[in-house]
Amino acid sequence: MTRYGMVIDVSKCVGCYNCFIACKDEFWGNDYPPYSKAQPDHGQYWIKIAEKERNFPQIVVRVDYVPMPCMQCKDPPCAKAAKDGAVYVRDDGIVIIDPEKSKGQKQIVDACPYGAIYWNEELQIPQKCTFCAHLLDQGWKKPRCAEACPADAIIFGNLDDTRSQVRRLWKSAEVLSPEQAKGDLLSPPGGDDHGSSVRYIGLPKPMVGGSVIFGDTGECAEGVAVTVMDGGNALASAKTNAFGDFLIEGLELNRKYVVRFEHPDYASKELEVTVSGDINLGEVKLERR
Amino acid sequence: MNIKAQVRGHPRKMAGQEERKCYNLDHGGVVVATVRDGKIVRVQPLYLSNDDAPSWKIAVGDRVFTPPRRSNATQFTISIRRRVYASNRVLYPMLREDFDPDKEDRKTENRGKSKYVRITWKEASEIVAKEVRRIREKYGPVAIAAMMSSHQMWGYINASYSAFTRFWSILGYTEILNNSDSWEGWSWGAEHVWGFYWRLGLPDQYDLLDDALKNSDMIVLWSADPDATNSTYAAYDSVMIRHWLKELGKEIVVIDPYCNYTAVRFADKWIAPKPGTDAALAAAIAYVWIKEETYDKQYVETHTVGFEKWADYVMGKEDGTPKTPEWAEKITGVPAREIRALAREWAKKRTMLGPGNRAGMGGACRAPYGHEWARMMVYLQAMQGLGKPGVNFWSTNTAFPSWEEFNFPGYVNGGMNVPGIAKQVYLNPVKQKLLRTLVPDALLTDKRLSWRGFGFNLGSTEQQFQLNVYPLPKPDGAPIRMLYKFGAAYLCTMPDGNRWARAYRSPKLEFFVVQNPWFEGEAKFADLILPAATNLEREDIAEWNNGGGASGAIPHGSNSNAHRIIVYMQKCIEPLGESKSDFHIFLELAKALGIEQEYSEGEDVEGWIRRVYESSDMKDVMPFEEFKRRGYYVVPVPENDVSHRSFATFYELGRGLATPTGKIEFESRTLAKFDPKDPERPLVAHYIPSWEGPESPTAAKYPLVLITPHVRFSFHSQHDGEKNPWIDEIPHHRVYKDGRYWWPVWINPVDAEKRGIKDGDLVKIYNDRGTVVCIARVSERARPGSLHAYQASAIYEPKGDPGNPASPELGGCVNALTSLRFMSKNAHGFAPAHALVEVAKWEGS
Repeated sequence: MTRYGMVIDVSKCVGCYNCFIACKDEFWGNDYPPYSKAQPDHGQYWIKIAEKERNFPQIVVRVDYVPMPCMQCKDPPCAKAAKDGAVYVRDDGIVIIDPEKSKGQKQIVDACPYGAIYWNEELQIPQKCTFCAHLLDQGWKKPRCAEACPADAIIFGNLDDTRSQVRRLWKSAEVLSPEQAKGDLLSPPGGDDHGSSVRYIGLPKPMVGGSVIFGDTGECAEGVAVTVMDGGNALASAKTNAFGDFLIEGLELNRKYVVRFEHPDYASKELEVTVSGDINLGEVKLERR
Repeated sequence: MNIKAQVRGHPRKMAGQEERKCYNLDHGGVVVATVRDGKIVRVQPLYLSNDDAPSWKIAVGDRVFTPPRRSNATQFTISIRRRVYASNRVLYPMLREDFDPDKEDRKTENRGKSKYVRITWKEASEIVAKEVRRIREKYGPVAIAAMMSSHQMWGYINASYSAFTRFWSILGYTEILNNSDSWEGWSWGAEHVWGFYWRLGLPDQYDLLDDALKNSDMIVLWSADPDATNSTYAAYDSVMIRHWLKELGKEIVVIDPYCNYTAVRFADKWIAPKPGTDAALAAAIAYVWIKEETYDKQYVETHTVGFEKWADYVMGKEDGTPKTPEWAEKITGVPAREIRALAREWAKKRTMLGPGNRAGMGGACRAPYGHEWARMMVYLQAMQGLGKPGVNFWSTNTAFPSWEEFNFPGYVNGGMNVPGIAKQVYLNPVKQKLLRTLVPDALLTDKRLSWRGFGFNLGSTEQQFQLNVYPLPKPDGAPIRMLYKFGAAYLCTMPDGNRWARAYRSPKLEFFVVQNPWFEGEAKFADLILPAATNLEREDIAEWNNGGGASGAIPHGSNSNAHRIIVYMQKCIEPLGESKSDFHIFLELAKALGIEQEYSEGEDVEGWIRRVYESSDMKDVMPFEEFKRRGYYVVPVPENDVSHRSFATFYELGRGLATPTGKIEFESRTLAKFDPKDPERPLVAHYIPSWEGPESPTAAKYPLVLITPHVRFSFHSQHDGEKNPWIDEIPHHRVYKDGRYWWPVWINPVDAEKRGIKDGDLVKIYNDRGTVVCIARVSERARPGSLHAYQASAIYEPKGDPGNPASPELGGCVNALTSLRFMSKNAHGFAPAHALVEVAKWEGS
């Protein structure tokens, strides 16, 4: 059997938009009956790229890009909202909106918890990513977005194939939550309520960062041990680099942590933080013992 | 008639054709197009087959690195079919409706505003022929100027150095000399330190990926954004390389006033000097090394000359000011402790310096006194033993394993006008030249213009000092009366865009022809527009990312692709409307002027392709017919290929550079000989405050510094604007608001708040040269006090009179704000990388 799956490795994505443009190229001006009708120039993002700026400007402003196609749910809310069987799930897991039957059914757009369906005003139909089913059915190995990715950040394949890369990555990969899909990228990953065929590696998690300075010399404090304490337990730790900088990712929203700074020659320091997003501690001064 | 109504409509349908694959080339990679029923329906990157040459491998410890079996493409190349079918294609020869070549009054003031009427090719070529004859008879061939762009669509036969240059050289014309637009400081500065005049002052780039993966610990990218500029034409073949570097634990530091696209994904540290102050930062790094004795004294002794003079400047012996990190902090805004940390880290670790797109270039070199920064870049690596394993010039995106000995020409090599390819080569008989950046002065003033240097100065370092004047004294010289523009638009890639617009409307310019596929840029100012077909509608032969073959500006540039790929550029579809390939446009004009035989030698375009093929090593590896059918060839890397990194020989011998001493010259002998007393380019590099930077007097009026780096989601202006609505949807390229896709400007929250600007507000950026409306993206990625907006909008749409600095420009032509001034008195390089501006919310509509 074939069940298609996609794993998107956010840590590899450089935000080039090749996936988005390759999708435009495949579908603009091209009807593929009975899979899809042409995608217009503007207003549709069958693979949308959300991004999060991680603001630690004294270190670096990291940007995480999260490409978001249709999640091709096993149990899709859009299919439930559709009348006349206008949305159906194929045996291989691909969700297709029938371009003929779906005419006038705007409720299909509204039903998607991920905001992955778009309304074509001219044709009066809902449209979305098809995993390039028309190509897969002709024997293609991957959809256009995956083919165009220079970083191999989009891994596509058959989840039923025990040798496939996508299957190897599947278990440890995360599911996008509707909150994340709607732009709140630091909110927790989803619980897979709908049986997503798309999963992620490296979704952004709240970070704490700062730049440590030795109070007596004013120099960048290299080699300071920074530990994020969750209650009495060390959650994560890092050593400051030559610039005195550290970045630790993987905190949880709405929780309190203590960040501890230790160096053999300097007095230890603890700072309490409450996570409502990324936390830039700015300059942290350590005083000589 | 409105030209818009003319260019809409559908492509001609060729009935009965089946789906077929078609190979072509673009600035952003190999194009694999699918053509169905005479229409291009799909464009993909090239995936290599098992028949193609194997990919190289580099073993590092227990890992083996090998590139994906494909040629990556950029988003603008994947979307290239959209610009073929763009709504602003010019499909027929178009004449400005109020232009009458038989009348004295040519209504030049209407250029940029007039509508156009469709005419036939016969009429068009006759108008050109008649005007050429009239001007030649009245003023001589010298009064006709022909101007190529820095770039045109990809190809070799159809390239500017080929068909265009051959055609105009037969007739004779005032050549418009290109300036070293993307690498100014390297040519005008670094060249006086290490030679390399034959490659633009940029360093050799061979086998440095191997060196970096095995031997380097740190990469410093200074004024470099390889994820945005792609080693110019290599598309995304280096993305994987940067992932490899991170996997191997190499530290990456990015120095740029804007937290650029490479920094946001790969940097461990972003250092943001104020625009124009990079040389001060460099001097302070040298200070730390000298003070702490962490530079390579032995190497400096054996491989360089003039170090004492540099040390005297750095340590303050020369001018009483030691260039301490604290001194630099005041100028650059970078904390002194971070400068010290960077200097120490650099000295401690084996460090690659990537100062710009291909181990040279970078915004800092296209800035006032950019030559001083470029010279200092060489100084710094010289102080750390340039050429030592792991210590070199490399921006992560060049010098992959490659069989460079396999000979195939690059686009500057000359195509149809090369001995051995052409039976007769034509050299332009007209002596008069005009420097490109002085074209507006030539058309707007009666000043006698002068400059030193000859285009890219590829012949020798001494060429930089050759004095030129315009117009030349009679009988050799005369003011230009006609301008023929070929290639990509100068609006908005040239600085001081409004001044160019005023120049194009000058009554001194009696006849202005533009050859271009799209109604944009200066096409909107032309008297006559000749409709060029795009590269997908014509045949040609070319190599991906080969700008200069074995010789020329950037020799072996294609070693920044994972695979060398030579393409028989197949014609995917017939030219749309009545458009013609560039080769055929010049053929049409040659017929009208009676020089057809001279131009074409009776050969059609396939004949020329065959001649190029025969002249190259392609003839030894694949029969012509097979190459033509198959579409591409992958040049193998021989199995016994031995890595020989750049500067390895120099490192061993301590001599052999193309400087008078053969060594790295901290104190330049060429400057000592030709310009011994130039305070703007002293014998040893100095930090000289920018005339358009935070320390310049103009900053009191215009306190923000706008930087304008090379655009990421287009190739200059070539994929922007009406040509490609898909690219408009990328919110880093343009942002939609109230019915228009606006050019984004990045502004720091501090500067935005001071001016009541919120994310997504329309703002006007202005100075004495122009007023440009952009959409604000409020972000920490812009350092406080500076703005970031890309350099090359394809839309120039002034609301009001074209060329008027007060007319709000709506297309995002930020080059309307930059200056055409020479970077320094004796170096005619331009300096548009930063400009002083103010910004305010725009209340217009």
